[in-house]
Amino acid sequence: MLAITQRLPQPRNWVTAIPFFWLLLFFMVPFAIVLQISFAESEIAIPPYSSIVSIEDEMLSFNLNLGNFLMLLEDDLYLVAYLSSLKIALVSTLICLLIGYPMAYAIARAEPRVRNVLLMLVVLPSWTSFLIRVYAWIGILKNNGLLNNLLIWLGVTDEPIHMLHSDIAVYVGIVYAYLPFMILPLYANLLKLDNSLLEAAADLGAGSLRTFFSVTLPQTKAGIIAGAMLVFIPVVGEFVIPELLGSPSTLMIGKVLWQEFFNNRDWPVAAAVAIVMLSLLLIPITLFNRYQLKEMEAR
Amino acid sequence: MAKRFSFSTAVMVLGLVFLYLPMLIMVIYSFNESRLVTVWGGFSTKWYLELLRDEQLLAAIWMSLRIAFMSATMAVVLGTLAAFVMVRFGRFRGHTLFGGMITAPLVMPEVITGLSLLLLFVSMGQMIGFPTDRGMTTVWIAHTTFCTAYVAVVVNARLREMDISIEEAAMDLGAPPVKVFFVIILPIILPALLSGWLLAFTLSLDDLVIASFVSGPGSTTLPMVVFSSVRLGVSPKINALATLIILTVSLFVFIAWWFARRVEQRAQQQLDPPEQPAGASG
Repeated sequence: MLAITQRLPQPRNWVTAIPFFWLLLFFMVPFAIVLQISFAESEIAIPPYSSIVSIEDEMLSFNLNLGNFLMLLEDDLYLVAYLSSLKIALVSTLICLLIGYPMAYAIARAEPRVRNVLLMLVVLPSWTSFLIRVYAWIGILKNNGLLNNLLIWLGVTDEPIHMLHSDIAVYVGIVYAYLPFMILPLYANLLKLDNSLLEAAADLGAGSLRTFFSVTLPQTKAGIIAGAMLVFIPVVGEFVIPELLGSPSTLMIGKVLWQEFFNNRDWPVAAAVAIVMLSLLLIPITLFNRYQLKEMEAR
Repeated sequence: MAKRFSFSTAVMVLGLVFLYLPMLIMVIYSFNESRLVTVWGGFSTKWYLELLRDEQLLAAIWMSLRIAFMSATMAVVLGTLAAFVMVRFGRFRGHTLFGGMITAPLVMPEVITGLSLLLLFVSMGQMIGFPTDRGMTTVWIAHTTFCTAYVAVVVNARLREMDISIEEAAMDLGAPPVKVFFVIILPIILPALLSGWLLAFTLSLDDLVIASFVSGPGSTTLPMVVFSSVRLGVSPKINALATLIILTVSLFVFIAWWFARRVEQRAQQQLDPPEQPAGASG
Protein backbone atom coordinates (compact mmCIF):
# COMPACT_ATOMS: atom_id res chain seq x y z
CA MET A 1 0.00 0.00 0.00
CA LEU A 2 2.71 2.38 1.02
CA ALA A 3 4.52 1.94 -2.25
CA ILE A 4 1.44 2.89 -4.22
CA THR A 5 0.77 6.07 -2.27
CA GLN A 6 4.41 6.98 -2.61
CA ARG A 7 4.30 6.52 -6.32
CA LEU A 8 1.18 8.64 -6.71
CA PRO A 9 2.05 12.16 -7.72
CA GLN A 10 2.27 14.37 -4.69
CA PRO A 11 0.35 17.64 -4.69
CA ARG A 12 3.57 19.62 -4.87
CA ASN A 13 4.51 17.80 -8.05
CA TRP A 14 1.23 18.90 -9.58
CA VAL A 15 1.83 22.47 -8.47
CA THR A 16 5.18 22.33 -10.26
CA ALA A 17 3.91 20.45 -13.28
CA ILE A 18 1.18 22.88 -14.35
CA PRO A 19 3.33 25.99 -14.96
CA PHE A 20 6.29 23.81 -15.99
CA PHE A 21 4.52 22.09 -18.82
CA TRP A 22 2.67 25.21 -19.95
CA LEU A 23 5.98 27.05 -20.34
CA LEU A 24 7.69 24.01 -21.83
CA LEU A 25 5.01 23.67 -24.49
CA PHE A 26 4.49 27.33 -25.28
CA PHE A 27 7.95 28.75 -24.69
CA MET A 28 10.60 26.06 -25.22
CA VAL A 29 9.09 23.68 -27.77
CA PRO A 30 8.38 26.58 -30.20
CA PHE A 31 12.14 27.21 -30.47
CA ALA A 32 12.67 23.60 -31.56
CA ILE A 33 10.00 24.08 -34.23
CA VAL A 34 11.60 27.33 -35.41
CA LEU A 35 14.91 25.46 -35.70
CA GLN A 36 13.24 22.69 -37.66
CA ILE A 37 11.50 25.08 -40.08
CA SER A 38 14.69 27.08 -40.61
CA PHE A 39 15.97 23.97 -42.43
CA ALA A 40 12.87 23.70 -44.61
CA GLU A 41 12.31 25.11 -48.07
CA SER A 42 9.84 27.82 -48.91
CA GLU A 43 6.87 26.50 -50.89
CA ILE A 44 3.64 27.89 -52.23
CA ALA A 45 1.39 25.84 -50.02
CA ILE A 46 -0.41 25.91 -46.71
CA PRO A 47 1.68 26.10 -44.55
CA PRO A 48 4.24 27.70 -46.90
CA TYR A 49 7.22 25.42 -46.26
CA SER A 50 8.37 21.93 -47.13
CA SER A 51 8.44 19.10 -44.66
CA ILE A 52 11.95 18.17 -43.63
CA VAL A 53 10.95 14.58 -42.92
CA SER A 54 9.62 12.54 -45.78
CA ILE A 55 8.85 8.91 -46.43
CA GLU A 56 9.64 7.77 -49.95
CA ASP A 57 9.80 4.15 -51.10
CA GLU A 58 9.45 3.06 -47.47
CA MET A 59 12.53 5.07 -46.65
CA LEU A 60 12.46 7.72 -43.98
CA SER A 61 14.59 10.62 -45.11
CA PHE A 62 15.50 13.94 -43.60
CA ASN A 63 15.94 16.82 -46.01
CA LEU A 64 17.97 19.41 -44.20
CA ASN A 65 18.18 22.47 -46.38
CA LEU A 66 21.01 24.79 -45.39
CA GLY A 67 20.05 27.27 -48.10
CA ASN A 68 18.38 29.72 -45.73
CA PHE A 69 21.47 30.05 -43.57
CA LEU A 70 23.74 30.28 -46.60
CA MET A 71 21.56 33.08 -47.91
CA LEU A 72 21.94 34.99 -44.64
CA LEU A 73 25.71 34.73 -45.11
CA GLU A 74 25.74 35.63 -48.79
CA ASP A 75 23.32 38.54 -48.83
CA ASP A 76 24.90 41.61 -47.27
CA LEU A 77 21.50 42.90 -46.19
CA TYR A 78 21.26 40.44 -43.32
CA LEU A 79 24.80 40.91 -42.08
CA VAL A 80 24.38 44.69 -42.13
CA ALA A 81 21.03 44.40 -40.35
CA TYR A 82 22.51 42.21 -37.58
CA LEU A 83 25.48 44.52 -37.10
CA SER A 84 23.41 47.69 -37.11
CA SER A 85 20.88 46.18 -34.64
CA LEU A 86 23.72 45.31 -32.28
CA LYS A 87 25.20 48.79 -32.67
CA ILE A 88 21.89 50.60 -32.12
CA ALA A 89 21.11 48.40 -29.11
CA LEU A 90 24.56 48.95 -27.61
CA VAL A 91 24.53 52.73 -28.05
CA SER A 92 20.98 53.16 -26.76
CA THR A 93 21.75 50.94 -23.76
CA LEU A 94 24.69 53.21 -22.93
CA ILE A 95 22.54 56.34 -23.29
CA CYS A 96 19.85 54.79 -21.07
CA LEU A 97 22.52 53.97 -18.50
CA LEU A 98 23.94 57.50 -18.57
CA ILE A 99 20.50 59.05 -18.04
CA GLY A 100 19.03 56.27 -15.92
CA TYR A 101 21.81 55.92 -13.37
CA PRO A 102 21.67 59.51 -12.04
CA MET A 103 17.87 59.32 -12.06
CA ALA A 104 17.83 56.07 -10.08
CA TYR A 105 20.44 57.53 -7.74
CA ALA A 106 18.40 60.66 -7.09
CA ILE A 107 15.26 58.62 -6.46
CA ALA A 108 17.00 56.20 -4.10
CA ARG A 109 18.50 59.12 -2.13
CA ALA A 110 15.21 61.02 -1.81
CA GLU A 111 13.25 60.81 1.43
CA PRO A 112 10.91 57.81 1.56
CA ARG A 113 7.67 59.65 0.88
CA VAL A 114 9.02 61.54 -2.13
CA ARG A 115 10.79 58.39 -3.27
CA ASN A 116 7.55 56.47 -3.75
CA VAL A 117 5.99 59.28 -5.77
CA LEU A 118 9.07 59.58 -7.97
CA LEU A 119 9.20 55.84 -8.53
CA MET A 120 5.53 55.86 -9.50
CA LEU A 121 6.23 58.69 -11.97
CA VAL A 122 8.98 56.63 -13.61
CA VAL A 123 6.89 53.47 -13.85
CA LEU A 124 3.62 55.06 -14.94
CA PRO A 125 4.59 55.71 -18.59
CA SER A 126 5.44 52.04 -19.11
CA TRP A 127 1.92 51.11 -17.99
CA THR A 128 0.42 53.24 -20.76
CA SER A 129 0.72 52.09 -24.34
CA PHE A 130 4.21 51.49 -25.78
CA LEU A 131 2.90 51.99 -29.30
CA ILE A 132 1.29 55.31 -28.46
CA ARG A 133 4.39 56.59 -26.68
CA VAL A 134 6.46 55.86 -29.79
CA TYR A 135 3.77 57.49 -31.93
CA ALA A 136 3.96 60.67 -29.82
CA TRP A 137 7.40 61.33 -31.26
CA ILE A 138 6.14 61.39 -34.85
CA GLY A 139 4.23 64.62 -34.15
CA ILE A 140 7.25 66.12 -32.43
CA LEU A 141 9.99 65.16 -34.89
CA LYS A 142 8.18 65.67 -38.21
CA ASN A 143 9.50 68.25 -40.68
CA ASN A 144 6.55 70.52 -39.84
CA GLY A 145 6.40 69.10 -36.32
CA LEU A 146 6.57 70.81 -32.97
CA LEU A 147 10.32 70.65 -32.47
CA ASN A 148 11.07 72.12 -35.90
CA ASN A 149 8.47 74.86 -35.40
CA LEU A 150 10.09 75.68 -32.08
CA LEU A 151 13.60 75.76 -33.59
CA ILE A 152 12.47 78.01 -36.44
CA TRP A 153 10.65 80.30 -34.02
CA LEU A 154 13.77 80.53 -31.85
CA GLY A 155 15.77 81.39 -34.95
CA VAL A 156 18.10 78.40 -34.54
CA THR A 157 17.38 77.30 -38.08
CA ASP A 158 15.68 78.72 -41.16
CA GLU A 159 14.35 75.53 -42.64
CA PRO A 160 13.18 72.38 -40.91
CA ILE A 161 15.86 69.90 -39.89
CA HIS A 162 15.12 66.37 -41.07
CA MET A 163 14.68 64.36 -37.88
CA LEU A 164 11.80 61.91 -38.30
CA HIS A 165 12.66 58.80 -40.33
CA SER A 166 16.31 58.93 -39.37
CA ASP A 167 18.61 56.99 -37.06
CA ILE A 168 18.45 59.84 -34.54
CA ALA A 169 14.68 59.40 -34.25
CA VAL A 170 15.21 55.68 -33.66
CA TYR A 171 17.64 56.41 -30.81
CA VAL A 172 15.28 58.96 -29.27
CA GLY A 173 12.36 56.52 -29.48
CA ILE A 174 14.33 53.61 -27.99
CA VAL A 175 15.73 55.64 -25.10
CA TYR A 176 12.30 57.11 -24.43
CA ALA A 177 10.54 53.73 -24.43
CA TYR A 178 13.16 51.70 -22.55
CA LEU A 179 14.45 54.19 -19.95
CA PRO A 180 12.09 52.95 -17.17
CA PHE A 181 13.40 49.39 -17.61
CA MET A 182 16.92 50.65 -16.94
CA ILE A 183 15.92 52.71 -13.90
CA LEU A 184 13.99 50.03 -11.99
CA PRO A 185 16.76 47.46 -11.35
CA LEU A 186 19.29 50.25 -10.74
CA TYR A 187 16.97 51.80 -8.17
CA ALA A 188 16.41 48.46 -6.41
CA ASN A 189 20.16 47.99 -6.26
CA LEU A 190 20.99 51.54 -5.11
CA LEU A 191 18.41 51.29 -2.34
CA LYS A 192 20.40 48.46 -0.78
CA LEU A 193 23.60 50.48 -0.91
CA ASP A 194 25.54 50.26 2.33
CA ASN A 195 25.67 53.80 3.71
CA SER A 196 28.40 53.02 6.22
CA LEU A 197 30.79 52.31 3.36
CA LEU A 198 30.09 55.73 1.88
CA GLU A 199 30.69 57.35 5.26
CA ALA A 200 33.89 55.38 5.69
CA ALA A 201 35.11 56.55 2.31
CA ALA A 202 34.28 60.15 3.21
CA ASP A 203 36.00 59.82 6.60
CA LEU A 204 39.10 58.50 4.89
CA GLY A 205 39.14 61.63 2.78
CA ALA A 206 37.86 60.35 -0.56
CA GLY A 207 36.22 62.99 -2.72
CA SER A 208 32.67 62.47 -3.91
CA LEU A 209 33.75 61.43 -7.41
CA ARG A 210 36.29 58.99 -6.07
CA THR A 211 33.74 57.58 -3.61
CA PHE A 212 31.31 57.12 -6.47
CA PHE A 213 33.74 55.27 -8.72
CA SER A 214 35.39 53.11 -6.07
CA VAL A 215 32.47 52.45 -3.68
CA THR A 216 29.05 53.13 -5.22
CA LEU A 217 29.62 51.93 -8.78
CA PRO A 218 31.15 48.52 -7.94
CA GLN A 219 28.32 47.82 -5.47
CA THR A 220 25.70 48.39 -8.15
CA LYS A 221 27.26 46.12 -10.76
CA ALA A 222 24.34 43.67 -10.58
CA GLY A 223 21.78 46.43 -11.14
CA ILE A 224 23.75 47.78 -14.09
CA ILE A 225 23.92 44.35 -15.71
CA ALA A 226 20.21 43.70 -15.18
CA GLY A 227 19.16 47.12 -16.48
CA ALA A 228 21.50 46.87 -19.47
CA MET A 229 20.16 43.42 -20.41
CA LEU A 230 16.53 44.54 -19.99
CA VAL A 231 17.25 47.24 -22.58
CA PHE A 232 19.82 45.60 -24.86
CA ILE A 233 18.16 42.24 -25.56
CA PRO A 234 14.66 43.43 -26.56
CA VAL A 235 16.10 46.37 -28.52
CA VAL A 236 18.18 44.05 -30.74
CA GLY A 237 14.90 42.57 -31.99
CA GLU A 238 12.91 45.80 -31.89
CA PHE A 239 10.40 46.23 -34.72
CA VAL A 240 7.90 48.99 -33.84
CA ILE A 241 10.41 51.80 -33.26
CA PRO A 242 12.52 51.41 -36.46
CA GLU A 243 9.32 50.88 -38.42
CA LEU A 244 7.60 54.06 -37.20
CA LEU A 245 10.53 56.40 -36.55
CA GLY A 246 13.35 55.02 -38.72
CA SER A 247 14.08 55.63 -42.38
CA PRO A 248 13.56 52.86 -44.94
CA SER A 249 17.33 52.42 -44.87
CA THR A 250 17.41 51.93 -41.07
CA LEU A 251 18.15 48.23 -41.06
CA MET A 252 17.26 46.38 -37.91
CA ILE A 253 16.96 42.64 -37.78
CA GLY A 254 13.51 42.67 -36.13
CA LYS A 255 12.20 44.66 -39.08
CA VAL A 256 13.89 42.28 -41.54
CA LEU A 257 12.29 39.28 -39.83
CA TRP A 258 8.89 40.96 -39.94
CA GLN A 259 9.24 41.73 -43.66
CA GLU A 260 10.42 38.21 -44.50
CA PHE A 261 7.39 36.82 -42.73
CA PHE A 262 4.60 39.26 -43.58
CA ASN A 263 5.72 40.80 -46.90
CA ASN A 264 7.72 38.02 -48.56
CA ARG A 265 5.81 35.20 -46.83
CA ASP A 266 9.09 33.30 -46.61
CA TRP A 267 8.63 31.48 -43.32
CA PRO A 268 11.82 29.35 -43.47
CA VAL A 269 14.03 32.42 -44.00
CA ALA A 270 12.22 34.26 -41.19
CA ALA A 271 12.87 31.19 -38.99
CA ALA A 272 16.56 31.19 -39.92
CA VAL A 273 16.79 34.92 -39.15
CA ALA A 274 15.23 34.21 -35.74
CA ILE A 275 17.63 31.32 -35.01
CA VAL A 276 20.71 33.43 -35.78
CA MET A 277 19.33 36.34 -33.69
CA LEU A 278 18.65 33.96 -30.81
CA SER A 279 22.15 32.54 -30.92
CA LEU A 280 23.62 36.06 -30.89
CA LEU A 281 21.52 36.83 -27.82
CA LEU A 282 22.25 33.57 -26.02
CA ILE A 283 25.04 34.99 -23.85
CA PRO A 284 23.18 38.20 -22.84
CA ILE A 285 20.03 36.16 -22.05
CA THR A 286 22.02 33.71 -19.92
CA LEU A 287 23.61 36.64 -18.11
CA PHE A 288 20.20 38.15 -17.43
CA ASN A 289 18.75 34.81 -16.30
CA ARG A 290 21.54 34.33 -13.82
CA TYR A 291 21.03 37.78 -12.31
CA GLN A 292 17.24 37.52 -12.21
CA LEU A 293 17.28 34.04 -10.64
CA LYS A 294 19.73 35.16 -7.97
CA GLU A 295 17.37 38.02 -7.25
CA MET A 296 14.32 35.74 -7.16
CA GLU A 297 15.86 33.05 -5.00
CA ALA A 298 17.60 35.30 -2.49
CA ARG A 299 16.06 35.35 0.92
CA MET B 1 20.96 65.51 5.43
CA ALA B 2 21.05 68.99 3.97
CA LYS B 3 19.03 69.52 0.83
CA ARG B 4 21.21 70.57 -2.03
CA PHE B 5 20.76 70.71 -5.73
CA SER B 6 22.96 67.95 -7.05
CA PHE B 7 23.80 66.68 -10.52
CA SER B 8 21.65 63.59 -10.08
CA THR B 9 18.61 65.63 -9.02
CA ALA B 10 18.99 67.80 -12.11
CA VAL B 11 19.18 64.74 -14.39
CA MET B 12 16.15 63.26 -12.64
CA VAL B 13 14.05 66.38 -13.20
CA LEU B 14 15.12 66.59 -16.86
CA GLY B 15 14.50 62.86 -17.27
CA LEU B 16 10.97 63.16 -15.92
CA VAL B 17 10.30 66.11 -18.23
CA PHE B 18 11.61 63.98 -21.11
CA LEU B 19 9.26 61.14 -20.10
CA TYR B 20 6.16 63.29 -19.67
CA LEU B 21 6.44 66.12 -22.23
CA PRO B 22 5.58 64.00 -25.30
CA MET B 23 2.56 62.54 -23.52
CA LEU B 24 1.43 65.98 -22.40
CA ILE B 25 1.72 67.30 -25.95
CA MET B 26 -0.40 64.40 -27.18
CA VAL B 27 -3.08 65.15 -24.59
CA ILE B 28 -3.16 68.86 -25.50
CA TYR B 29 -3.37 68.21 -29.23
CA SER B 30 -6.19 65.72 -28.81
CA PHE B 31 -8.40 68.77 -28.12
CA ASN B 32 -7.24 70.49 -31.29
CA GLU B 33 -9.95 71.54 -33.74
CA SER B 34 -7.58 71.35 -36.72
CA ARG B 35 -6.88 68.13 -38.54
CA LEU B 36 -3.29 69.28 -38.93
CA VAL B 37 -1.78 67.95 -35.78
CA THR B 38 0.85 70.65 -35.47
CA VAL B 39 -1.32 73.70 -36.04
CA TRP B 40 -3.55 74.84 -33.19
CA GLY B 41 -7.04 75.50 -34.52
CA GLY B 42 -8.97 76.04 -31.33
CA PHE B 43 -10.42 73.82 -28.61
CA SER B 44 -12.65 70.97 -29.67
CA THR B 45 -13.78 67.56 -28.46
CA LYS B 46 -14.81 66.37 -31.90
CA TRP B 47 -12.06 63.77 -32.17
CA TYR B 48 -13.44 62.03 -29.11
CA LEU B 49 -16.86 61.86 -30.74
CA GLU B 50 -15.28 60.56 -33.92
CA LEU B 51 -13.53 57.91 -31.83
CA LEU B 52 -16.90 56.73 -30.52
CA ARG B 53 -18.23 56.43 -34.07
CA ASP B 54 -15.34 54.27 -35.29
CA GLU B 55 -16.93 50.82 -35.36
CA GLN B 56 -13.72 49.00 -36.29
CA LEU B 57 -11.82 50.62 -33.45
CA LEU B 58 -14.55 49.90 -30.89
CA ALA B 59 -14.69 46.25 -31.97
CA ALA B 60 -10.90 46.03 -31.59
CA ILE B 61 -11.07 47.60 -28.11
CA TRP B 62 -13.69 45.06 -27.04
CA MET B 63 -11.61 42.21 -28.46
CA SER B 64 -8.46 43.46 -26.70
CA LEU B 65 -10.24 43.89 -23.37
CA ARG B 66 -11.61 40.34 -23.49
CA ILE B 67 -8.24 38.83 -24.42
CA ALA B 68 -6.47 40.91 -21.75
CA PHE B 69 -8.97 39.84 -19.08
CA MET B 70 -8.60 36.15 -19.88
CA SER B 71 -4.82 36.28 -20.32
CA ALA B 72 -4.28 38.19 -17.07
CA THR B 73 -6.48 35.77 -15.14
CA MET B 74 -4.73 32.67 -16.47
CA ALA B 75 -1.31 34.31 -16.07
CA VAL B 76 -2.04 35.02 -12.39
CA VAL B 77 -2.88 31.34 -11.80
CA LEU B 78 0.23 30.06 -13.60
CA GLY B 79 2.52 32.83 -12.38
CA THR B 80 1.51 32.36 -8.75
CA LEU B 81 2.12 28.62 -8.95
CA ALA B 82 5.49 29.28 -10.60
CA ALA B 83 6.51 31.84 -7.97
CA PHE B 84 5.49 29.40 -5.26
CA VAL B 85 7.59 26.63 -6.76
CA MET B 86 10.62 28.91 -6.93
CA VAL B 87 10.39 30.28 -3.40
CA ARG B 88 9.14 27.32 -1.39
CA PHE B 89 10.06 24.08 -3.13
CA GLY B 90 13.83 24.30 -3.28
CA ARG B 91 15.76 22.44 -5.95
CA PHE B 92 14.19 19.75 -8.08
CA ARG B 93 14.96 18.05 -11.36
CA GLY B 94 14.54 20.62 -14.11
CA HIS B 95 14.97 23.46 -11.63
CA THR B 96 17.41 25.38 -13.83
CA LEU B 97 15.24 24.94 -16.91
CA PHE B 98 12.21 26.10 -14.93
CA GLY B 99 14.03 29.22 -13.76
CA GLY B 100 15.16 29.97 -17.30
CA MET B 101 11.63 29.64 -18.63
CA ILE B 102 10.40 32.14 -16.04
CA THR B 103 13.06 34.78 -16.66
CA ALA B 104 13.79 34.53 -20.41
CA PRO B 105 10.32 35.72 -21.55
CA LEU B 106 11.00 39.02 -19.76
CA VAL B 107 13.69 39.95 -22.30
CA MET B 108 12.93 37.77 -25.33
CA PRO B 109 12.50 39.97 -28.44
CA GLU B 110 8.84 39.96 -29.39
CA VAL B 111 9.43 39.06 -33.03
CA ILE B 112 11.07 35.80 -31.91
CA THR B 113 8.29 34.94 -29.44
CA GLY B 114 5.62 35.79 -32.00
CA LEU B 115 7.16 33.83 -34.85
CA SER B 116 7.96 30.79 -32.73
CA LEU B 117 4.45 30.58 -31.26
CA LEU B 118 2.88 30.95 -34.68
CA LEU B 119 5.02 28.12 -36.04
CA LEU B 120 4.06 26.02 -33.00
CA PHE B 121 0.36 26.63 -33.57
CA VAL B 122 0.64 25.79 -37.27
CA SER B 123 2.55 22.56 -36.52
CA MET B 124 0.14 21.61 -33.75
CA GLY B 125 -2.79 22.24 -36.07
CA GLN B 126 -1.25 19.89 -38.64
CA MET B 127 -0.40 17.17 -36.16
CA ILE B 128 -3.23 17.10 -33.63
CA GLY B 129 -5.83 19.32 -35.27
CA PHE B 130 -5.69 21.93 -32.51
CA PRO B 131 -5.78 24.89 -32.80
CA THR B 132 -7.74 24.63 -36.03
CA ASP B 133 -7.52 28.34 -36.71
CA ARG B 134 -5.71 31.34 -35.43
CA GLY B 135 -7.85 33.66 -33.40
CA MET B 136 -8.72 34.65 -29.87
CA THR B 137 -7.55 31.34 -28.37
CA THR B 138 -4.09 31.53 -29.89
CA VAL B 139 -3.64 35.16 -28.83
CA TRP B 140 -4.84 34.21 -25.35
CA ILE B 141 -2.28 31.37 -25.10
CA ALA B 142 0.52 33.64 -26.38
CA HIS B 143 -0.30 36.48 -23.99
CA THR B 144 -0.77 34.15 -21.04
CA THR B 145 2.67 32.68 -21.67
CA PHE B 146 4.66 35.92 -21.59
CA CYS B 147 2.49 37.50 -18.85
CA THR B 148 3.07 34.48 -16.60
CA ALA B 149 6.72 35.46 -16.30
CA TYR B 150 5.86 39.00 -15.17
CA VAL B 151 3.29 37.77 -12.64
CA ALA B 152 5.82 35.26 -11.30
CA VAL B 153 8.33 38.05 -10.67
CA VAL B 154 5.79 40.24 -8.85
CA VAL B 155 4.37 37.42 -6.70
CA ASN B 156 7.84 36.03 -6.04
CA ALA B 157 8.93 39.33 -4.47
CA ARG B 158 5.92 39.29 -2.12
CA LEU B 159 6.37 35.63 -1.15
CA ARG B 160 9.99 36.23 -0.24
CA GLU B 161 9.25 39.04 2.17
CA MET B 162 6.40 37.08 3.76
CA ASP B 163 6.90 35.74 7.27
CA ILE B 164 7.13 31.96 6.86
CA SER B 165 6.53 31.26 10.58
CA ILE B 166 2.73 31.85 10.36
CA GLU B 167 2.55 29.29 7.62
CA GLU B 168 4.66 26.83 9.60
CA ALA B 169 2.53 27.38 12.71
CA ALA B 170 -0.62 26.52 10.77
CA MET B 171 1.04 23.40 9.37
CA ASP B 172 2.19 22.37 12.85
CA LEU B 173 -1.37 22.75 14.10
CA GLY B 174 -2.39 20.22 11.46
CA ALA B 175 -3.89 22.37 8.73
CA PRO B 176 -3.71 20.64 5.34
CA PRO B 177 -1.50 22.43 2.76
CA VAL B 178 -4.44 23.43 0.58
CA LYS B 179 -6.15 25.07 3.54
CA VAL B 180 -2.93 26.81 4.57
CA PHE B 181 -2.65 28.20 1.07
CA PHE B 182 -6.19 29.56 0.87
CA VAL B 183 -6.58 30.75 4.47
CA ILE B 184 -3.09 32.02 5.32
CA ILE B 185 -0.97 32.60 2.23
CA LEU B 186 -3.56 33.86 -0.24
CA PRO B 187 -4.78 36.83 1.85
CA ILE B 188 -1.18 37.91 2.45
CA ILE B 189 -0.12 37.76 -1.19
CA LEU B 190 -3.43 39.14 -2.51
CA PRO B 191 -2.08 42.67 -3.18
CA ALA B 192 0.72 41.12 -5.25
CA LEU B 193 -1.80 39.00 -7.18
CA LEU B 194 -3.79 42.14 -7.88
CA SER B 195 -0.83 44.14 -9.12
CA GLY B 196 0.38 41.12 -11.10
CA TRP B 197 -3.05 40.83 -12.69
CA LEU B 198 -3.10 44.54 -13.57
CA LEU B 199 0.42 44.36 -15.00
CA ALA B 200 -0.51 41.33 -17.11
CA PHE B 201 -3.72 43.07 -18.22
CA THR B 202 -1.90 46.17 -19.46
CA LEU B 203 0.86 44.07 -21.10
CA SER B 204 -1.70 42.06 -23.01
CA LEU B 205 -3.68 45.17 -23.95
CA ASP B 206 -0.51 46.78 -25.29
CA ASP B 207 1.00 43.95 -27.31
CA LEU B 208 1.24 44.54 -31.05
CA VAL B 209 4.00 42.27 -32.34
CA ILE B 210 3.07 38.91 -30.83
CA ALA B 211 -0.63 39.41 -31.55
CA SER B 212 0.16 40.28 -35.18
CA PHE B 213 1.83 36.90 -35.60
CA VAL B 214 -0.70 34.68 -33.84
CA SER B 215 -4.05 36.37 -34.49
CA GLY B 216 -6.43 35.48 -37.29
CA PRO B 217 -8.77 37.52 -39.48
CA GLY B 218 -11.52 37.71 -36.85
CA SER B 219 -9.34 38.70 -33.92
CA THR B 220 -7.85 42.10 -34.69
CA THR B 221 -6.72 43.72 -31.45
CA LEU B 222 -6.57 47.41 -30.59
CA PRO B 223 -2.79 47.85 -31.09
CA MET B 224 -3.12 46.28 -34.54
CA VAL B 225 -5.75 48.85 -35.56
CA VAL B 226 -3.75 51.71 -34.01
CA PHE B 227 -0.59 50.53 -35.77
CA SER B 228 -2.14 50.39 -39.23
CA SER B 229 -3.55 53.89 -38.71
CA VAL B 230 -0.30 55.28 -37.27
CA ARG B 231 1.68 53.92 -40.23
CA LEU B 232 -0.25 56.33 -42.44
CA GLY B 233 0.78 59.28 -40.28
CA VAL B 234 -0.37 61.30 -37.30
CA SER B 235 -4.10 61.48 -36.70
CA PRO B 236 -5.93 63.54 -34.07
CA LYS B 237 -8.20 60.58 -33.40
CA ILE B 238 -5.23 58.54 -32.18
CA ASN B 239 -4.29 61.48 -29.94
CA ALA B 240 -7.75 61.29 -28.41
CA LEU B 241 -7.39 57.56 -27.89
CA ALA B 242 -3.94 58.08 -26.35
CA THR B 243 -5.37 60.65 -23.95
CA LEU B 244 -8.09 58.24 -22.83
CA ILE B 245 -5.51 55.49 -22.27
CA ILE B 246 -3.17 57.80 -20.34
CA LEU B 247 -6.01 59.10 -18.16
CA THR B 248 -7.35 55.62 -17.40
CA VAL B 249 -3.93 54.25 -16.49
CA SER B 250 -3.05 57.30 -14.36
CA LEU B 251 -6.35 57.02 -12.52
CA PHE B 252 -5.81 53.32 -11.77
CA VAL B 253 -2.21 53.82 -10.70
CA PHE B 254 -3.21 56.73 -8.49
CA ILE B 255 -5.97 54.71 -6.80
CA ALA B 256 -3.60 51.78 -6.28
CA TRP B 257 -0.93 54.08 -4.87
CA TRP B 258 -3.44 55.76 -2.53
CA PHE B 259 -4.69 52.41 -1.22
CA ALA B 260 -1.15 51.14 -0.70
CA ARG B 261 -0.32 54.28 1.24
CA ARG B 262 -3.39 53.90 3.46
CA VAL B 263 -2.57 50.29 4.21
CA GLU B 264 0.98 51.31 5.05
CA GLN B 265 -0.18 54.13 7.32
CA ARG B 266 -2.59 51.83 9.15
CA ALA B 267 0.18 49.28 9.67
CA GLN B 268 2.40 52.07 10.94
CA GLN B 269 -0.28 53.23 13.40
CA GLN B 270 -0.65 49.71 14.75
CA LEU B 271 3.09 49.44 15.24
CA ASP B 272 3.40 52.83 16.95
CA PRO B 273 2.80 52.96 20.70
CA PRO B 274 -0.62 54.57 21.40
CA GLU B 275 0.71 57.61 23.28
CA GLN B 276 2.50 58.85 20.18
CA PRO B 277 0.29 60.98 17.95
CA ALA B 278 -0.53 59.09 14.79
CA GLY B 279 1.16 60.20 11.58
CA ALA B 280 3.78 62.22 13.43
CA SER B 281 6.60 60.05 12.21
CA GLY B 282 5.60 60.41 8.55
